[in-house]
Amino acid sequence: MTRTVQLIDAPPLTILSGVNLRVAIGDRVSIVGRSGSGKTTLLNLLGLLDNPTTGELLFDGRPVRSFSGAERDRVRGRDVGFIFQQFNLLQGRTALENVMTPLLYAEGRQFWQRSRIASEMLDRVGLGHRLQALPDRLSGGEQQRVAIARSLVRGPRLILADEPTGALDLETGEAVMDLIDDVARASGAALVTITHDPAIAARATRHLRLDHGALQADHFSADPARTALALTPGRTP
Amino acid sequence: MNRVLSNIVGACVEAWQEVRIHKTRVMLSLIGVAVAVCAITTVVGLGAVAQQATIEQSERQSGRPASLQVYASKFDGSAPAPEIMADVWQTALERYDITYASRVTTTSQRVQFADGAASVATTGVDVPYGTMHRVTMSEGEWFTAADAERLAPAVLVNSIFYDRLGRPDLATHPTTTLLGDQDTTAVITGVFPAQGWEQEPAMYLLADSLAALAAPVNAAPTGLDGGANYFGPPTYELWVPPELADPIIAALQRDVSAALGDGATADVYRTDYASWTGGEDPYLSLKLLVGGVAGLVLLLGALGLVNIALVTLKQRIREIGIRRSFGATAGRVFFAVMMESVVATVVAGIVGVIAAVLIVKNPFVEDFISQGQVTDFPAFPVEAAIIGLVSATVVGALAGLVPALVAVRVKVIDAIRY
Repeated sequence: MTRTVQLIDAPPLTILSGVNLRVAIGDRVSIVGRSGSGKTTLLNLLGLLDNPTTGELLFDGRPVRSFSGAERDRVRGRDVGFIFQQFNLLQGRTALENVMTPLLYAEGRQFWQRSRIASEMLDRVGLGHRLQALPDRLSGGEQQRVAIARSLVRGPRLILADEPTGALDLETGEAVMDLIDDVARASGAALVTITHDPAIAARATRHLRLDHGALQADHFSADPARTALALTPGRTP
Repeated sequence: MNRVLSNIVGACVEAWQEVRIHKTRVMLSLIGVAVAVCAITTVVGLGAVAQQATIEQSERQSGRPASLQVYASKFDGSAPAPEIMADVWQTALERYDITYASRVTTTSQRVQFADGAASVATTGVDVPYGTMHRVTMSEGEWFTAADAERLAPAVLVNSIFYDRLGRPDLATHPTTTLLGDQDTTAVITGVFPAQGWEQEPAMYLLADSLAALAAPVNAAPTGLDGGANYFGPPTYELWVPPELADPIIAALQRDVSAALGDGATADVYRTDYASWTGGEDPYLSLKLLVGGVAGLVLLLGALGLVNIALVTLKQRIREIGIRRSFGATAGRVFFAVMMESVVATVVAGIVGVIAAVLIVKNPFVEDFISQGQVTDFPAFPVEAAIIGLVSATVVGALAGLVPALVAVRVKVIDAIRY
């Protein structure tokens, strides 16, 4: 698939070109690339926040274009968990309320028992004692752990982490990545991590590099055969 | 169903969180709405008191709806003989079981005051007249049936008359001398307040007492120097249920004309304010004026709310983007932003209505608005409270509409980076 944007008084800018990527349950994918190489755009496409300009994006084997707007939002809420570089916690809400936020868009047991589920999730990331703490009272590592708890609280099948350690020091970053790996492994979710940090990228089982909008296997791929299989040339209609 | 319920509850929870977290902003924006709702509710509530004051003033003058007056005359213009008319009147009242009816005679009676004799406007009435014309007493009581049995007639005087007597204690049964061919001593049993425009003393007597008093004068008028210097035939007034007014008018006209026989005619007509406008609401223009002012006040409050909501929405775009990334649908964001506005304005509306009730039912305010003209103070009008709350909700919905539309148009990717 490709993704281009129209610019005023300039030719269309191609951000992604010929990208062909398949992510399966349990995958650990890292994507590295320079700033402006299209990493976040790719993550937005995977998270159903954006549409490809050409080509096709499938989710669970279904073309995303066939989803209605509300259906796309519901699928995103149920099956995709975002972890942002800047945490993106809702200010003024406690840690518990932040983690409860995705559950507000759930239904059934998840909705009605959101407080208990969110508390358990925070406990799982080691913040059971900071339920009522506001974001500005939490350290960077704690804030990212709240963000992780929030992204995982609905049990997503795909976790998209955009520079999850970018705002953290080395040691805290390592701890946070340990936590993400553990939780993702325990839930069986696929994890796609965008990072500049080779150490973080090395944790994945599939290593990809975005270069000028083109996706290719990274040089330190641990599993060249599998990576090559995933990176068959993209179709452009 | 489950999804709908959880969506509604979820949106309300989000809205409440917003209101709770942005207390200062919400308070600031809601002060305007609360003041506007308080104003609209107060204006409607005070309007009801003012309207009641005007109505009661009208009813004092021309009777309560439906008040009828019977006018009978011979073809030569003279009045039918009093004894014949009395029979006709009594028969009609009994036939139609009319309880509230009164003869009304107006005359001028010479009264002896300490500083000399003076003519006093005098009205002869029957006991029901007080209820029919909402006569209020500042001291003592209106006539009762027992007053007809008094040897010395009971008299009710206005405050000017009472002041001129030196405001004697009514418990001491003060008397006044009614001058005539034969002076009469009357007992003052009550005092009614003089109207603002009144400068002279006035008094009420029971119609039969006045007739007994004036009989010799009628036989031989003595002019200004004597007792009652003018004493025409009484008018006959009735107070009947408004829905029965038309059939009673037709029946009375027919019966009285028939009873008086050839050479006389009877005319029965309504005199109350409700009959003047042909069934239209006589206070419609007042209500429209009051409503228009209140609407303008509310509009200003709503504009303030929209303004603050739009400004603060810019600060919330990132938050909306984050919520969208966690599964909030566009409809849900729209509903939540709307609900936030509605929840807040309903709370403001309740505060405004409570403040309005406290203002309108304040005794000082009631006295100021009624100007002493209201005996039956209306309860705080429910419609005013409903108008206030509905207005708050509508304003909340309208004020929330624009920000909600803006919120829905936010592109999630851009919003997260905002």
